[in-house]
Amino acid sequence: MKVEKTAVAGTLESSDLMVTVEPSSSGIEMDLTSSVINQYGRQIKAVVLETLERLDVKDCKLTIVDKGALDCTIKARVECAVFRSCGKSDKNIPWGGAVR
Amino acid sequence: MKNAVGRDIPEFLLKNGKEVYQGKFYMDGKYIQKAGPKTRRYEKPQESKIVDSIVDALKLCGAKSGMTFSFHHHLRNGDYVANMVMEAAVKELGLCDLTIAATSLGDANDPIAEYIEEGKVIGLQTSGIRGKIGDVVSRGKLKTPAIIRSHGGRPRAIEAGEVHIDIAFVAAPTSDCVGNCRGIGGKSNCGSLGYAITDSRFADKVVVVTDCLVDFPNYPASVEAIDVDAVVVVDSIGDPKKIASAAARISKNPRDLMMAENVAKVIASTPYFKEGFSFQTGVGGPSLAANLFLEKFMDERQIKMGWAIGGICGPMVELLKKGKVGKVIDVQDFDLDAVNSINQTPGHYEMSASQYANPANKGAFVNKLDFVVLAALEIDTDFNVNVLTGSDGVLRGAPGGHPDTAAGSKCCIIVTPLIRGRMATVCEHVVTVTTPGDCVDVLVTDYGIAVNPLRPDIIKCLDDAKIPHVSIESLKEKAYSIVGRPDDLEWEDNVVAVLEARDGTILDVVRQIRPYKG
Amino acid sequence: MIPRPRPKRFRLRRTMMFMNAQKPGLIKDAYIYGCDSIMLDLEDAVAENQKDAARFSLYHALKTIDYGNTEVIVRINGLDTPHWKEDIRVCVAGGADGIRIAKCESAQDVITVEEAVLEAEREFGVEEGRTLLMAALESPKGIINAYEICTASKRMFGVAISGGDFRRCMGTKFTKDGVDLMVARGQMLIAARAAGIQCFDTVFTDLDDDEGFMAEQMQNKAMGFDGKSLINPKQIRPVHDLLAPTEKEVIWATKVVEAYKEQSAAGVGVFTVDGKMVDIAFIPGAERTLRLAKACGMYDGDLV
Repeated sequence: MKVEKTAVAGTLESSDLMVTVEPSSSGIEMDLTSSVINQYGRQIKAVVLETLERLDVKDCKLTIVDKGALDCTIKARVECAVFRSCGKSDKNIPWGGAVR
Repeated sequence: MKNAVGRDIPEFLLKNGKEVYQGKFYMDGKYIQKAGPKTRRYEKPQESKIVDSIVDALKLCGAKSGMTFSFHHHLRNGDYVANMVMEAAVKELGLCDLTIAATSLGDANDPIAEYIEEGKVIGLQTSGIRGKIGDVVSRGKLKTPAIIRSHGGRPRAIEAGEVHIDIAFVAAPTSDCVGNCRGIGGKSNCGSLGYAITDSRFADKVVVVTDCLVDFPNYPASVEAIDVDAVVVVDSIGDPKKIASAAARISKNPRDLMMAENVAKVIASTPYFKEGFSFQTGVGGPSLAANLFLEKFMDERQIKMGWAIGGICGPMVELLKKGKVGKVIDVQDFDLDAVNSINQTPGHYEMSASQYANPANKGAFVNKLDFVVLAALEIDTDFNVNVLTGSDGVLRGAPGGHPDTAAGSKCCIIVTPLIRGRMATVCEHVVTVTTPGDCVDVLVTDYGIAVNPLRPDIIKCLDDAKIPHVSIESLKEKAYSIVGRPDDLEWEDNVVAVLEARDGTILDVVRQIRPYKG
Repeated sequence: MIPRPRPKRFRLRRTMMFMNAQKPGLIKDAYIYGCDSIMLDLEDAVAENQKDAARFSLYHALKTIDYGNTEVIVRINGLDTPHWKEDIRVCVAGGADGIRIAKCESAQDVITVEEAVLEAEREFGVEEGRTLLMAALESPKGIINAYEICTASKRMFGVAISGGDFRRCMGTKFTKDGVDLMVARGQMLIAARAAGIQCFDTVFTDLDDDEGFMAEQMQNKAMGFDGKSLINPKQIRPVHDLLAPTEKEVIWATKVVEAYKEQSAAGVGVFTVDGKMVDIAFIPGAERTLRLAKACGMYDGDLV
């Protein structure tokens, strides 16, 4: 998938995260702040990169502000932001395929 | 050297007779020679000890650099006195190399963090360490390791001479001109002054700071004039709204209520739950709500609570007034209902920290306590509890009376949600041990109850009452299955805080946190 | 992924609690409060411009969270919106136990949804017929067509009335004695019973009015409702307590079922228990009592 425009998903509420994706031409750049950065920083990054890989996103700039979200929420917000960024978040989502 | 809870204590701390923690009643039977203060004789009569300002009081008491000052925390987040005194000492008198021995420190003491960073305050001894102070100490800015003690451990250390207090500052809601203090009758009332009592008897000099001067004699006094050197009258010792909140409300959160009900069920299943039983709770949501459900069981079985101790708030006072508990012995008041009740409602009495929890005297209240219900930041599979450091390794809590009540009580129950945000409360190893696992009996979470294998008698009680329980390992696995297994925190070598067990042995150390490099 | 057991059309549904599919902090352990069903909401609780985000949250919530024995139903958007089809796709792909059809007005509504559900089951390799359905009746037309809605599909397990929307259509207001919804409730109950499916009452929104809540659920019980929709966990316990059988009822039911098992093995169809005549007609009621008793910890035998 190609990130075409800037898109945001999620909130700054406790247990949620706010993901902003922007187009990029130089691979994947991630800026992560988290209320649990010491204990889960590495894992959050891993989940985000895995999700991008499944969606076949090769270039994008992500800004993530995490408030202690679980893996399932991280995946949901990253996927939603990516699909929104190409205007395709409303229908025919590949549930169980790229979204897993 | 490894201690009895498996924590490695650096050798450099084990000097001058300091030992590592070796189990809960290790010091039983040993003798101590108590230390006494060096005090001035005021044989010539004085009509009044009032001096004009805090600076004058400091000068009168011969305040010098390198001294240890003490404060109590009965004014909690509304306290002005500790900050006022430190400002006078550091800014106006230019003192440095000071040690603060407070009964606890909180967010209200944030201004003191500045003096730590500037190196004016080089030592800290306290129960609670939070806010900016917790932050700067965690980052290694305090010159000597902070010493963290429980409410019972502190008077023990003072009496044994391990802490020498040069000047004790007593914030008093009311005082007379010679220093008889009470916690009620003024405009910034706090009720019990239990934490200030030991300091007032063992410090070389005692300064009373009050915002409400009353006629002599201000009796019955919590802190006595015979121990006081000077009295300072200021405009305000604290913010009344933050000293005693409006009546503590019992939580309506269904999760808290669910856990509270299970706590009451566990209590009611043990043989200690009989006529005249004794009880203590904390003030957190589920702990306080346990009072409500306990009352139902008491009514059902037609038994009354003999006595309750602790930090006291409204709901316990309610029970007293309803005649469902015989006596309430109070070391700290949290809300206005409690403040207005102490020494007024028949059966509601004050006690000192030493009477409450000192393990080295001939028998403090906690030794006779049946049940205590406490919270925890973390608890590990050995039942060790952490109430001091957040799971990010930063100092943000206080042992308080936790280790004392856990050690003394017949049944210690920890009640806490399994997970807070993305943090697992039940974990593999707690960041810091503040209460050793051999003192903790039951864990109640929103995902199940676990009993310490050291208490097969309690396991049988739960089985007989058909209360389901699981292993603490399974709770830990459940927690990790939801939030994921956290990475270990990384630490620098230097020790920023030393955790003393209530008997003075060393339970754990806190090191400087290494910032995340991503 | 936590494998979920095949959804059961007939099971205890005393309490059905609404949860916002978009609130990660709340969903992750909604089931610990012990309600019988959770209803994850894609409809009114989710803002119009967040419907897409809610679906992603829902999919992952369905796939990762362990709900134990609690049933998971999803309320999809109405058939008059552009969202319902994708809602159905995500529900089936995620493995939800059932779908709640909002604003259901006719048998055709049910059939339309059922067709989309079957298509999704085929698309995602889910066992055909697995996903159950229930209808929310929110308008006078819905109530009038209650029986045809109840019988429109074998997947239908129950109907509920949505009080707020219904009152708006009727131009009425909540009354303490329930007169405002009496006829609608009655018609819906009769239709559900005639069709052999379950019937649920609407939510009680005033969380501070404990007495009012008790009064309404007592009326629900007297009228024959199988369960109630809830909006807050603190409402769960009172409903379970009220619907719990008494000890006498449990003892009676145990005797009836035991006796029936013995007697029917010997080929006898009518017999007496405690001096009262009992035949096979008594058994479903007795078994239901025992199931209720089991759910509230009053019975731990193996007759049901």
